[in-house]
Amino acid sequence: MDFSFFVEVLAGGLLAGVMYSLVALGFVLIYKASGVFNFAQGAMVFFAALTFVSLVERGMNAWLALAVTLAAMVVLGMTIERVVLRPLVNQPPITLFMATIGLTFVLEGLSQLAWGSQPHNLELGVPDVPMEWLSQQWNINISQFDLFAALVAGVLVGVLAVFFQKTRIGRALRAVADDHQAALAVGIPLQHIWTIVWGVAGFVALVAGLMWGARNGVQYSLTFVALKALPVLLIGGFESIPGAILGGLIIGATEKLAEVYLGPMVGGGIESWFAYVVALLFLLVRPEGMFGEKHIDRV
Amino acid sequence: MKRIVLAALAAALALPAWAQNEQFVPANFYWVGPYAPGGSGFGGGIIDYMAMINERDGGVNGVKLTWEKCETEYNNARGVECYERVKKHPPTGATVIHPLSTGITYSLIDKATADHIPVISLGYGRTSAADGRVFPYIFPLITTYWSQATVMVKYMGQKSGGMDKLKGKKIVLVYHDSAYGKEPIPVLTEQAKEYGYQLTTIAVPHPGNEQQSQWLQVRQIKPDYVILWGWGVMNPTALKAAAKIGYPRDHIIGVWWSGAEEDVLPAGSAAKGFISAGFNAPGTDFPVMKDIQKYVYAKGKGEFEDKSRIGSIYHTRGVVAGIVTVEAIRLAQAKYGKGKPITGEQMRWGIEHLNIDDKRLKELGATGLMPTLKVSCNDHEGSGLVKFQQWDGAKWKVLTDWMEPDRKLVRSMVEADASQYAKEKGITPRNCSADE
Amino acid sequence: MLYREAGQFKSTYAEDQQIFPIRQDRIAMVVVLLFAFVVVPLIGDQYWLSAIITPFLILALATLGLNILTGYAGQLSLGTAAFMAVGAFMAYNAELRIPGMPIVGSFIIGGLCAAAVGFVFGLPSLRIKGFYLAVATLACQFFVLWAINRVGWFSNHSSSGVITAQKIEILGYAVVTPAAKYLLTLAIVAVMALAAKNLMRSETGRAFMAVRDMDVAASVIGIPMMQTKLLAFAISSFYCGVAGALYAFCYLGTVEPEAFTLDLSFRILFMVIIGGVGSILGSFLGAAFITLFPIFLDRGSEWLSRALDVEIQSATVSNVELMIFGGLIIFFLIVEPNGLARLWQIAKEKLRLWPFPH
Repeated sequence: MDFSFFVEVLAGGLLAGVMYSLVALGFVLIYKASGVFNFAQGAMVFFAALTFVSLVERGMNAWLALAVTLAAMVVLGMTIERVVLRPLVNQPPITLFMATIGLTFVLEGLSQLAWGSQPHNLELGVPDVPMEWLSQQWNINISQFDLFAALVAGVLVGVLAVFFQKTRIGRALRAVADDHQAALAVGIPLQHIWTIVWGVAGFVALVAGLMWGARNGVQYSLTFVALKALPVLLIGGFESIPGAILGGLIIGATEKLAEVYLGPMVGGGIESWFAYVVALLFLLVRPEGMFGEKHIDRV
Repeated sequence: MKRIVLAALAAALALPAWAQNEQFVPANFYWVGPYAPGGSGFGGGIIDYMAMINERDGGVNGVKLTWEKCETEYNNARGVECYERVKKHPPTGATVIHPLSTGITYSLIDKATADHIPVISLGYGRTSAADGRVFPYIFPLITTYWSQATVMVKYMGQKSGGMDKLKGKKIVLVYHDSAYGKEPIPVLTEQAKEYGYQLTTIAVPHPGNEQQSQWLQVRQIKPDYVILWGWGVMNPTALKAAAKIGYPRDHIIGVWWSGAEEDVLPAGSAAKGFISAGFNAPGTDFPVMKDIQKYVYAKGKGEFEDKSRIGSIYHTRGVVAGIVTVEAIRLAQAKYGKGKPITGEQMRWGIEHLNIDDKRLKELGATGLMPTLKVSCNDHEGSGLVKFQQWDGAKWKVLTDWMEPDRKLVRSMVEADASQYAKEKGITPRNCSADE
Repeated sequence: MLYREAGQFKSTYAEDQQIFPIRQDRIAMVVVLLFAFVVVPLIGDQYWLSAIITPFLILALATLGLNILTGYAGQLSLGTAAFMAVGAFMAYNAELRIPGMPIVGSFIIGGLCAAAVGFVFGLPSLRIKGFYLAVATLACQFFVLWAINRVGWFSNHSSSGVITAQKIEILGYAVVTPAAKYLLTLAIVAVMALAAKNLMRSETGRAFMAVRDMDVAASVIGIPMMQTKLLAFAISSFYCGVAGALYAFCYLGTVEPEAFTLDLSFRILFMVIIGGVGSILGSFLGAAFITLFPIFLDRGSEWLSRALDVEIQSATVSNVELMIFGGLIIFFLIVEPNGLARLWQIAKEKLRLWPFPH
């Protein structure tokens, strides 16, 4: 087959993977810091993007709107901590997971109640068109926007990695993730920590929402991007920030290559499950994902 | 506090205020979830039209139209529950059901036929239900997916400069990977044999928010035309992805569920030039739309908070549904008693004898809003006409007049499918020549 | 006073080991079954029977299936709807392709096929645990739906992939009315629920629970890990498969693969958790809560707006309903993280002492 086309598919896949990673990061953050598998991440992405775009459409300056949305996300994080998580400290993970599903409904209802169900267009000023010199020189189409997304994801991961490894709060977060009660016992203020994490996750959701919103429009379907992030988590590990990026790249590339080269043989549309099967095979070799923390079971 | 509760209870107990002279039309639509723009727009249109009829004419011959919303969430199970909930509603049960979902329509075929409640699936649902002999209570009115597919092929032929020019052309169908998306494939394959174009089908998995690989395949094939059979977020994503590979948007032809403002606005400038089919035109200038604004919105009522949605594609599509519904009620009343609420069976007769010609369209103030419609016992589609429209970056511009489908092909396929269904279910088709 | 087991002596092992050791429980069970079999079909109108109670029972059966896997054997799964789809489509095919197939036989074939699929997708559970496993079962969810959509055989080459369930006939008696369909569903659900209740008290059930509580410890005391986990997957999928077949035959009638989306899988998982993880009764309570509550909310809001004579836009009402539903889930989890079944247990303990708590 045509080599430049292969490169194009591969590059496109890798860059799509970066978009998945952006969403996966939000999951990782909260899982790492509170052991909660936050199903509401998709709804948070939607809520953040919709709030931002609605504010801008009502004539607010984009930077101001960004600040207001961020503030809203932090307030949201605090509310979630106070109303949902605090009463559920030390409950089994499945209960917390369930609570985040309830949260999803509340957030979805709230966003559409506040801003309506109409889809919106969102322009970030980076055109989603192929870069000309590349397509003329090599006949390879790579979008400027995708590179921009990759850059954003890279910066985000760098910042978060430093935050978790080097700062006091970051280390406190990791302690909390290991054991709520033990963390409380050594004097880590659980409530503050959770507020911070949910606030940061809100910020990540906002970034993901802006990137995905600029690509597909801001609408309810943004909540579905969470599904794209799940296989990424499987490969990268639920607790690993670099894993989220690497997992995204692997999933993106294999998924696109499979759809283009294997898809036509079996009738196409295999993208929906292929990523999961790849992740599954991967897990059979490494049950905790690539960078997930190894758990040793003792009786 | 207690007093308020008591007052509310008292008010509620005094409720059964269902006047006998009312015609109940259920509003089983969806206002939440990924398809809320479609559900709320269509639902808003039909409710607004009925409200206008009540305000302007005092109902149909004095019979007020009433409705009750039921949230289906575009979900089969919820849709069936809504149907069961409303079907015995006083005074005469549900007049007609608009399920607004192909899945729910399928689930209702048996139930509604047994309960004698007509189902109108306007531009969706089971295509072969157009054979009224096998499906007496199901009405895929105006046009079906198969008619639409043939008109699309015809339009592509016109654009290429004649049907014979289609020979050797490459056409790609990018479709939503579901029962809905697969609907046009048999017709397009059949026509490929006739006109000699090459058809490639590319499936997009639900919900379709990532289509890079599909459009890279399109880029590889370099088709002359792309047919976009999408729903919801799949549409703007497809247009954006097309822009990304540099595929000209005015060679993408969308199904009518790809051709609303909500489908192109999120794609921004990438949508400019995109063409879609439609069986209703957008706009606020039709006399009927003016009446809705005058009698409903000017009085502070109406379904939309966001006034810019008045006259949008989904809204006028809902109005068309309202027109069809009210006209059928009017017709049934003329036969079974003016000024009296009608039953589902009588409504079925009304729909089956609908004949909305140009003159009637003019009286309704809907010339150009919808095609003429003549339903019969045999033909539950009634029109088959389709228009094409193009997005100019700000609004839909109508490109063509109403275009005829390939009736012979569609009808023969409808009959074949319907008779297979009849055989499977052990139904003896009605004899239409005997039917009045 | 009423619910006191004092004075009920057990003199044989059989008595000690019966399903309901307390006499009041046995009486209650008989009363409930009588009520469900006799009174409900008599007093229920068509709406209640066909739109509320039948789907509730079917979903309760699916919930029961997932509860066996998640609640008893501790394996999280998000593929429930896929197993239901397998059950529905295979029951349809069994009925279509095997002449003279009795309907219950088709249901069983549907269930067995689902069990086989569950067995295959249960294999990863030997290596993967917890949320990793849950996400991995999504592979099953998406793959099965894709395959049903793609392979024409499943839907008898219908162009749109939709199947229409055949007429149900049992011993020459056509099951068409809502009451008849309800009774058929009820009979199957009751038998399978009793079977599940019994199974969970057997060696197999105890092995499931040992695996759930700590699989390393379970394997140390000699419980075969592979056999137990795969058996749990197979039994659970069998239940889900039969539920899927009932969903198609006794409820919707005509089904497209899209009726069994991930959404349904999630809803069934909610039912398990809200109802009570590892409880047969909880499966029913959870299914009741999740299926009925949004409907009541929807009806309630309609009723309220009419009673108070205010006109609210439909969109607003729908969104508020959604929020209330989500809020209530959170509320229930906070009040009783172990689900509705636990509330019932507490009530039972209180009842034992009532009316003289001291």
